[in-house]
Amino acid sequence: MRFLFRTSYLKDLEIFQHSGQVFWYGLLGILLLIAPLVLDPFYLGELSQVFIYAIAGVGLMLLVGYTGMVSLGHAAFLAIGAYAHARLMTYGVPLFPSMLCAALFTGLIALIVGLPVLRMTGVYLAIATLAVAEIVEQVLTHWASMTGGFRGMRVPDAEIFGMALEAPRPFYLLCLFVLIACIFGSLNLLRSRTGRAFIAVRDSETSAVSMGISLVRVKTIAFTVSGVFAGLAGALFAHRIGHLAPDAFTLLTSIQLLLMVVVGGLGSMHGVILGAIFIGLLPQAIALARDVLPQFISRSSGLEPAVFGAILIAFLIFEPDGMYGRWLKIRRYFEEFPLYRKGTFKRQRRFLTTERLR
Amino acid sequence: MTLLEVSDLSLSFGGVRAIHRVSFDVAEGEVFSIIGPNGAGKTSIFNAISRFYDVDAGRVRYQGQDITGIKPHKVAGLGIARTFQNSELFEHESVLQNLRIARDVQGSTNLLSDLLFLPSVRRYEIESREFIEQIIELLDLQAYRYHPINNLPFGVRKMVEIARGLCLGPKLLLLDEPSSGLNPEETEDLVFWIEDMNEDLGITLLMVEHDMSLVGQVSNRVMAMNEGEVLAIGTYEQVRNNKDVLDAYLGT
Repeated sequence: MRFLFRTSYLKDLEIFQHSGQVFWYGLLGILLLIAPLVLDPFYLGELSQVFIYAIAGVGLMLLVGYTGMVSLGHAAFLAIGAYAHARLMTYGVPLFPSMLCAALFTGLIALIVGLPVLRMTGVYLAIATLAVAEIVEQVLTHWASMTGGFRGMRVPDAEIFGMALEAPRPFYLLCLFVLIACIFGSLNLLRSRTGRAFIAVRDSETSAVSMGISLVRVKTIAFTVSGVFAGLAGALFAHRIGHLAPDAFTLLTSIQLLLMVVVGGLGSMHGVILGAIFIGLLPQAIALARDVLPQFISRSSGLEPAVFGAILIAFLIFEPDGMYGRWLKIRRYFEEFPLYRKGTFKRQRRFLTTERLR
Repeated sequence: MTLLEVSDLSLSFGGVRAIHRVSFDVAEGEVFSIIGPNGAGKTSIFNAISRFYDVDAGRVRYQGQDITGIKPHKVAGLGIARTFQNSELFEHESVLQNLRIARDVQGSTNLLSDLLFLPSVRRYEIESREFIEQIIELLDLQAYRYHPINNLPFGVRKMVEIARGLCLGPKLLLLDEPSSGLNPEETEDLVFWIEDMNEDLGITLLMVEHDMSLVGQVSNRVMAMNEGEVLAIGTYEQVRNNKDVLDAYLGT
């Protein structure tokens, strides 16, 4: 078991609290960097997909896990980012400016949508965001001159440092670097004034106001930032799927994104990554399972949404802290090994706190 | 000099008259207590001052400025801090984080500088920490810095809430029943802390309190209320011997 001996207040400011963290995250970073040299292109593609989910997840985590607002419409922001990026690329804008503009444009839309929607809280907010997603889906379908309508639109090929972006390796590295930048950005937010205001609004709106925090302002910032991250993920996603169509951004996508942060563990950035790995690889697992399941199940078309729903419910009932919360408990067990007390994480019935994460 | 001036304040919820034509003023450097039976309108006055309620009539002036119509989140910036009756802390966060959130009212970093954690943000964090450590030392909270609030006993939470109020850097601190839920020893300590805050930090205190011995020990002046109206304002002795006050507490 590691004891942190703090010798300076400045230590609390750092992202890496001790040398163990530097070592393990450094090792992970190196492994991810050499992965393109050893892994099969198929797995690189799957990993890129996980990274893209994680980028959107980081934004959604800031919103759901740290500001306490639920969004059931994040697929809409993913879609706006993807379409805006593809459009800008067809106009001949270079890759990076186009990605940046697409992300900022998504943020702008989130800001505009957020101003009325964020007056609501809890389940009403969830429904309002759901409605936004539906509207965006309709716009994508019917504004054919801009989006290509039902037939969708092709995403132009891009080059990055002289290499085709469609090749698995450059794309993998691009996704990896964007993800790392997003994670550090959000960790910076969380250790400074903006992030603390998010947390304050999540834990007690009354107190937040009496601490001089403007609820409207903070909620709008959180929603906008979340939109920017989703837009960035959308731009990368556009390259991943190559051809954009409205059916790539449905309610199921939104639920997958929400599932990611809940299953991963609300209120932790580790949770985003675990959740992204989980939902990135689950479709593959389901595809494998289809081979062994009885036909009337494996042939049914609703299998995937049903599995997603079942898992979400299972986590909400049995492990609301998500995969990261479970990992912390397991780690605690080994740290205290012979002395671990069985009731350490026994869940007490708590009164008056049910709406805490609202 | 008058710091806070409440004049003719009235507030009703539907047919219920919570406050009716209440006037009083708090001088700078004073400890002013409000007493009264349950439902007398004490906390409503606090909520009116911190702008959680819109009043029906009357004015609240602070340092000569009319604050009756300002936005609730602007109140803290003016130097008015408050605590809540049943403690409203940020439950999932550590004591330190709670205090930081309060201190942030003095900060001026923005989204972009926070995102990049620019040197100015780092400087701000260090300054804010230095201030917070002074408050932690004043209220003896060193042992609890990294404890999450939801693991703390109620007495400590009360102190954290006061500390959080102090981190706002207030001129006027509103304490809503600071001694409720504290044991007699903790209440004794509270007397010293109130004196420290008042004398060493020069903070004016407005306090709602039921514990008469606490009120008697620390208050310069006391206001007694019943059913939304002021019964008496004066020193502790004057108010305690006032006939209306005795009637309200003991019944006629």
